[in-house]
Amino acid sequence: MKRLVAGAAALAVAGLGMARWAASRGRVPAAAKDPLESSRWLGITINRPPDEVAPGGHLPEPLSRVDAEVRMNRAPGDRGTEIYARPREQRAGADGVLARLRGEDPRTGVRTALRETKSLLETGDVLRSDEEFETTRPTLPGKVLDMALGRVAEGGRL
Amino acid sequence: MKALCWEGVNELSVEQVPDPAILNAQDAIVKVTASTTCGSDLHLLGGYIPAMRAGDVIGHEFIGEIVDVGPEVNRHRPGDRVVVCSIIGCGRCWACRHDEWSLCENSNPTPGVTDLMWGGTTAGIFGYSHAMGGFRGSHAEYIRVPFVDYNAFTIPEGVSDLDALFASDAAPTGWMGAELGGVRPGDVVAVWGCGGVGQMAARAAMLLGAERVIAIDRYPERLAMTARHVGCEVIDYTSTDVTAELRERTGGRGPDVCVEAVGMEADSTGIQRVYDGIKQQLRLEQDRPIAVREAIHACRKGGSVFVLGVFAGFVDKFPLGALMNKGLTLRGAQQHGQRYIPKLLDRIAKGDLKTSYLATHTMTLDEGPKGYDMFKHKKDGCVRAVFRPWA
Repeated sequence: MKRLVAGAAALAVAGLGMARWAASRGRVPAAAKDPLESSRWLGITINRPPDEVAPGGHLPEPLSRVDAEVRMNRAPGDRGTEIYARPREQRAGADGVLARLRGEDPRTGVRTALRETKSLLETGDVLRSDEEFETTRPTLPGKVLDMALGRVAEGGRL
Repeated sequence: MKALCWEGVNELSVEQVPDPAILNAQDAIVKVTASTTCGSDLHLLGGYIPAMRAGDVIGHEFIGEIVDVGPEVNRHRPGDRVVVCSIIGCGRCWACRHDEWSLCENSNPTPGVTDLMWGGTTAGIFGYSHAMGGFRGSHAEYIRVPFVDYNAFTIPEGVSDLDALFASDAAPTGWMGAELGGVRPGDVVAVWGCGGVGQMAARAAMLLGAERVIAIDRYPERLAMTARHVGCEVIDYTSTDVTAELRERTGGRGPDVCVEAVGMEADSTGIQRVYDGIKQQLRLEQDRPIAVREAIHACRKGGSVFVLGVFAGFVDKFPLGALMNKGLTLRGAQQHGQRYIPKLLDRIAKGDLKTSYLATHTMTLDEGPKGYDMFKHKKDGCVRAVFRPWA
């Protein structure tokens, strides 16, 4: 009986606490959306000095292939070169969401070009996945995974 | 060729798959001569790492012979007997140049996955899902090794296959836990988990000068093996209150360095195991951090905790208050193997470090599913099953 009363009291205290907390919160604000999402610079740091990244001011080929604004500067702390790019065509709002769903987001191409540029300048190559010599077979979970990976493999925070 | 493939949750089978090929000029093809099970494979097997497709070749800890090299390979040639690091590094990005090889920025061809999951791109890993690059694993007759000049190491004459094999992952992972955990001469070190990695971490702590090393597990044969081969003290957590025992053995302080070598499927006794088990099955937390919690509570004030066990996502009831108020240092990493493998091979050659005893069961590749069943369920005292594709 003592345990029952103690349990009920604990629940009541917890309930009162939650009610006070909810009252103090008022309206919960929605998660902030980045208003600059479609126009932000995509940045990557290359472990090479600026004169090797763009000798004579010429951009390396993966970046020169995409329609993007590009800028670069020496990275702090002897980390090489920071290189930034963003597509000239910016698709914001609903148009941007549709472009992403259709796989036509111009930022994807710029992101891939930045990654390839880094890999080429640092290693002389862009590593290919073994997926090109497939050992797998189609399954329903595999198709779901393919859909997810197809979108995110070239995505990321960059 | 023949390979051991993941077919679904808790389903493995040996299949015929296409031979690997050189895809990049810095690749090599390695004929696999020995490849071992690893505790982290069990997370793939159990479906806790979701980015697996039916037919994926698993395995990441292996040795072999180079049989073919790309035109830009300089340090190796066909015929070299090599141990290959399970983590793939490019050798030239900022992370690799600073010996943080598992943070390589150029070796994961699907970088967006880890970038989104963890807020940063991590290295590719052999046979460890499409999140870690989609590379084929080593439980096969042949494997493609990218950036082979940086990821394969010639095995010295006189070092046996089974000793060299564990220099691919278990030994460098264990060494890293002790070294980056900050073990110094005179320290007391506790290691959670007496699998291959835990035993290697305990041995590394001793070689780095720890005065006392205490390893914790529940399987009598693993505890006995650790006491016999590593030469440290052991605690069976099923019959002992671990934190009380550690306090009593350390003058009330707790260990200076705590190394967690268990990972996301940690076991324990009592309500905690039930709580985390239910939450994990309902996907309310991805990983069971039971050993990490205990390590944080047991560690001395101002000490350090190193997480070696593999975790993938989010955990619940993480003792951040203890971590902050006790002034602890918490670190973790996948192994930076390339940083350690050459000196570990030297130590193995000199007899300072013994590893082959971990291979409790050696079998053919055809016996792969049976080997994983024994390994997963600790049958017949299995600590590591080793597959010999050409035996």
